[in-house]
Amino acid sequence: MTGEVVIFWVTAIFSVAGAVGMVISRKAVHSALWVAFTMINLAVLYFSLGGAFLGTTQIVVYTGAVMMLFLFVLMIVGVDSSDSLIETIKGQRIVGTIFAFAMGALLTSAITTTGFSAAAGVAGANEASGGNIEGLAQLIFGRYLLAFEVTSALLITAALGAMVLAHNERWTPRKTQAQLQRERTLAGHPTPMPSPGVLALHNSVDTPALLPDGSPSQESLPRIFKSVQHPDDSTNNEVTS
Amino acid sequence: MNPNNYLVLAGILFTIGAFGVLVRRNAIIVFMSVEMMLNAANLAFVAASHITGTLDGQAAAFFVMVVAAAEVVVGLAIIVVIFRTRRSASIDEASLLKY
Repeated sequence: MTGEVVIFWVTAIFSVAGAVGMVISRKAVHSALWVAFTMINLAVLYFSLGGAFLGTTQIVVYTGAVMMLFLFVLMIVGVDSSDSLIETIKGQRIVGTIFAFAMGALLTSAITTTGFSAAAGVAGANEASGGNIEGLAQLIFGRYLLAFEVTSALLITAALGAMVLAHNERWTPRKTQAQLQRERTLAGHPTPMPSPGVLALHNSVDTPALLPDGSPSQESLPRIFKSVQHPDDSTNNEVTS
Repeated sequence: MNPNNYLVLAGILFTIGAFGVLVRRNAIIVFMSVEMMLNAANLAFVAASHITGTLDGQAAAFFVMVVAAAEVVVGLAIIVVIFRTRRSASIDEASLLKY
């Protein structure tokens, strides 16, 4: 057994396990961690296939940038958001499973019957151009220069699109400190609002503080969490009241 | 080692990604499954580079990575906007365009 074979089987088993873990995880955060695991394994595979540049890029771009972006969005959208179990299309789960397995069987059989028997290996190509990065640079800035330029336009468009989508236009002028203080005094609650999580089981911002009589205080929550009911609230109240 | 093994592994990863897209309802997990499919395609490209002995496959995989990064940025921005207005990350909720 050569080193390539060992690396292939280890990373193949790990990456398939990571992919399966991603699909069957209940929580989205666990899925994100499984995907990051799979991507690191694929990077190791790229290294063993002679793609040092691609392996590094895989780690930097995918596990570094893309998966962290996913985790940031998960923090915004809510870590607890799990799947609804209601099927909007009847039997979609079963049919989807059957189709996925059929496609897997089709791909596997097609590759194994019509595939290749020997590999040339990129070591020669890397040597000819003085290294993997140099060889890729000659291709990207030579034969694929037009595609590279179009890619830059795509990236700028994507960045602008994300900015436009995430941008919130302010329609009213920002209130001054004096205006805020006047409003607060006139509203009859001049002191700061109670902070969330006080005397409750958790001290996270989405847990309402408990009043002396044990009832949760909705005033203690930040505005965006007011409608959210924490899963532990019901038990929490029963214990204290 | 037979180079078909790499392609079969890419096919299996692609299948698992497609399964996730078909079965899961959380928009973010669906998106991660799409990423998995793109990674499987990348692996197939790098394996093709290994088989033919040229670097063209690796250049193609590099471009796929760039496109995937752009796609993630716009897709996650859309998910955040939908979550802001509808308070849900489920793909069944965003059916307004149907009517």
